[in-house]
Amino acid sequence: MKTIKLRMSTMALAATMILTVSCKDGNKNEPAAPMSNEMHQETMNDKEDMAMDKNQDTKAEVVLKDYFNLKDALVNDDNSKAKELGNTLAQSLKSFDASSYADSEQNELKDIIEDATEHAEHIGESDIAHQREHFKTLSKDMTDMVAITGTSMIIYEQYCPMYDNNKGGAWLSMNEEIRNPYFGAQMLKCGKVQREIN
Amino acid sequence: MKVVKIIAWIALIAFVVIQFFPVDYNQSEMVPQTDFMLVNKVPATVEQSLRASCYDCHSNNTNYPWYSKIQPSAWYLEHHIKEGKAELNFNEWDDLSDRRKTSKLRSIISQIKDGEMPLDSYTLIHRDAVLSEKNKTIVLDYMITLKDSLE
Repeated sequence: MKTIKLRMSTMALAATMILTVSCKDGNKNEPAAPMSNEMHQETMNDKEDMAMDKNQDTKAEVVLKDYFNLKDALVNDDNSKAKELGNTLAQSLKSFDASSYADSEQNELKDIIEDATEHAEHIGESDIAHQREHFKTLSKDMTDMVAITGTSMIIYEQYCPMYDNNKGGAWLSMNEEIRNPYFGAQMLKCGKVQREIN
Repeated sequence: MKVVKIIAWIALIAFVVIQFFPVDYNQSEMVPQTDFMLVNKVPATVEQSLRASCYDCHSNNTNYPWYSKIQPSAWYLEHHIKEGKAELNFNEWDDLSDRRKTSKLRSIISQIKDGEMPLDSYTLIHRDAVLSEKNKTIVLDYMITLKDSLE
């Protein structure tokens, strides 16, 4: 009797082990995230049907809006807010659809978006010094994106010569007044407007 | 005493059972034309360092240690290598645009500088993968020069 009991409990445990293992595999697929992504894309496509002409601007503008929010969090030295907004930006970058652009522009845009997504994702999980490092490259990506997509907004390209051991760092802003995202409160007004983009 | 015995048996059985789970080994004889070493002029010291410290998880060919044949360490390695390759694969370096290369180099430089790479869990057993201070500087200098040449 005792041996039977012992055997049964061993088998039960072995079964649990196997189940745990297969559950682990199942989780890898993470179906929830990509699905919500697709849904987001669908709503974007709906908009496209309604307003073909304006659509190119609006898609880029969603990305830009998230970028500006992220920039403001860095200006305010807010690490956790920047994490959150980095992830938001990564999501809107992923749902950016470049298919309505010319072929040569599409490749360039896809490359920019892929690069920017990686930086936005890293901002979503880093300390503030690293966030700012990534923000520098991200800002270059955004500038190159706007050069292709254009925008109806008036955007200022601003520059702080002191960031990154005096190698300098640029960023985009909707306000002409300087609010430095690389130094925050430490040097809030360091920088100058380099040019106006429209 | 009996309980200990039961637990020992269960552990043994579980250990035997998991040995039969298949593992996806990261091994390839072919080095693509896009490999980092083929498209860049890499000095010998840098090449040796990268091969010893990075290529096991950041290329299509892993030099597997003996314990990779045994579960559960095989799973652990498989997971690490998959993640490593997704982030950066030196074999596919030239598939990246200059923009992406610059970003990858930025990450490489920052992670080596901060000692985040190679991973502690990896160098714990692979003592030869530890970057000496001297080699660390040589690798970093090379990567910084390469990055500047792209910008």
